[in-house]
Amino acid sequence: MKNEPHAMSRSSGRFFSTVLDVLIPPQAGSVRWGDRVFHFLARGTALFVIFLAILLAGDLLRGSWEAIRHFGPRFLIGTTWDPVTGEFGTLPPAVGTLIKSVLSLIIAVPISMGSAIFIAFYIPKSLRAFISYPIELLAGIPSIIFGLWGLFIMVPMIRVLQVWLKANFGWFPLFAGPAVYGVGVLAGGVILAIMITPIITAISRDILLSVPRTQIEAMLALGATKWEAIWKVALPYARTGLIGAVILGLGRSIGETMAVTMVGGNNFDLPTSLFDPVHSMASLIANEFAEATYNLYVSSLIYVGLVLFCITFLISLLAQLLIWRLSKGRIAILE
Amino acid sequence: MIETAVNNAETGLSTADRHFVYRKVIERVAWTGMVVCVLITVSLLWVILGYVIYRGGAAFSWEFLTTLPQPAGEAGGGIANALIGSGFIVGLATLMAVPISLGAAIFVNEFPSGRLGASVRFLAEVLTGVPSIVVGLFGYALVVQPTGQFSGLSGAVAYAFIMVPIILISTQEALRLVPTDLREASLALGVPKWRTILWVVLPVSSRALLTGVLLAVARALGEAAPMLFTAFGNPFWNLDVRKPMATVPHLIYTYATGPYEDWHNKAWAASFVLVTVVLVTSLLARAALRNKSDD
Repeated sequence: MKNEPHAMSRSSGRFFSTVLDVLIPPQAGSVRWGDRVFHFLARGTALFVIFLAILLAGDLLRGSWEAIRHFGPRFLIGTTWDPVTGEFGTLPPAVGTLIKSVLSLIIAVPISMGSAIFIAFYIPKSLRAFISYPIELLAGIPSIIFGLWGLFIMVPMIRVLQVWLKANFGWFPLFAGPAVYGVGVLAGGVILAIMITPIITAISRDILLSVPRTQIEAMLALGATKWEAIWKVALPYARTGLIGAVILGLGRSIGETMAVTMVGGNNFDLPTSLFDPVHSMASLIANEFAEATYNLYVSSLIYVGLVLFCITFLISLLAQLLIWRLSKGRIAILE
Repeated sequence: MIETAVNNAETGLSTADRHFVYRKVIERVAWTGMVVCVLITVSLLWVILGYVIYRGGAAFSWEFLTTLPQPAGEAGGGIANALIGSGFIVGLATLMAVPISLGAAIFVNEFPSGRLGASVRFLAEVLTGVPSIVVGLFGYALVVQPTGQFSGLSGAVAYAFIMVPIILISTQEALRLVPTDLREASLALGVPKWRTILWVVLPVSSRALLTGVLLAVARALGEAAPMLFTAFGNPFWNLDVRKPMATVPHLIYTYATGPYEDWHNKAWAASFVLVTVVLVTSLLARAALRNKSDD
């Protein structure tokens, strides 16, 4: 009986029941009445969660209504952001967000996939936790800490790298920008890569662990090396879920705020090289909101937030659909 | 004729050999590449933690935890008000988030509801992907705009919005692990369903429930973006939820992006405190879960 779950948490469980006995005496009410009220309450909270999501969308819409009416869809392709004349457009930050996110994926995906495959297939089960644990802790570190570290430790290193790249590969258009700031597209992409690596690794690992062992063992029995079994059987099997994990990482990258605000450079011009400082949509909101002095300005910033919300919502939806299709809901995504 | 046959056999064998060696090399290369990846991923944590401990530990003192911030440029001072503010706002957010997410998780897991339950669960997964800055705008539009001022309450609403999907998902996962036998045994004894859930199902999974709440708390404690235009920050003591309040992550942002060297040091020290609190909370959360499976 020791392994029965109710024996596991006997002490905490008893405390819990005693509290409940005091709150609701065992004789209270008839059976059906209690069940109906309880069902009603539980259903109410579940509906409330849906209501919260609608409330979020509605609030953003209401807050940005003035800017939507004033600018309409041309807000999305406008390239000026001038609070003095009241002319707002969100194309440069949108491009900045996109470039930084794509750059972060280019760096993070190979590293995360390599790590996830290694953890799932090459490390003995007993040691798996020792490797997984620090990665999960990394995923739990607040984004402001990455920002602080990025600003004071990483950016000076990036500046050195920029000077070197410019001196040796300056003919290459991506490295043609000013190599003096340190902050910019490159720094933003790298810090985002550091932040999404643990997330993509952890989810990919769970997905790879859900590949049936027999599939891989059959391949090994046919004389394949372990890598061949993984490359030709496990990865194709898990493909949908792995793509989902990458898209989820992309979503996090796009929505990430504090770290990008601190190292991304926050400039309004369209970037032409990896060294240019440029705003992200999130950093634009974070940076400007305190200075927004009139309604249209505030409304425009909320409009940016609404666009950001729509993009990340769709990406998140897509990622979850892909991951769910593979795992049939068995993998919970928390980070 | 015999010679050619031997030759053929030899060359055949050697190509097979060469192919085998080639496959072994691929295996080795892939293995090495993956080891490098794992080393990078794992070392990232230590590099970042190392700097936070090194820079933050140097600037840290007990006085830092117990005193108010000094005006810019003056030495000394601490983050006591931000610590209290963070704890207060996250506590308030937890009080708002737990009943909603617990009820919704019970509904999703314990009541047959067709599409509704699955949709709520799925929506929760999608909501974990909403950027924290957007949640901040939500708090601003919902509370700050109507009331006309930044407030601790609006910060708590924003944090609660972040916490709800996290607690909902982890709670439902915990409830799902409770064996059906227990529910059936309870129901067979004539216990009504609502009492079965409250007296049997929840106590059995209480530790896992605690884990979910603690993970959500750890997440909220570190979020700075939602506080920028909700709680807003405050250099003084304040426990009035209708007024602006200081929080630790927001304070780090202000100090780190400020012009003073002294502020930068304080940002490191505050990060040291924040990382310690967040990591201890998430370690506690995992420890609660681990004990359960070890018993």
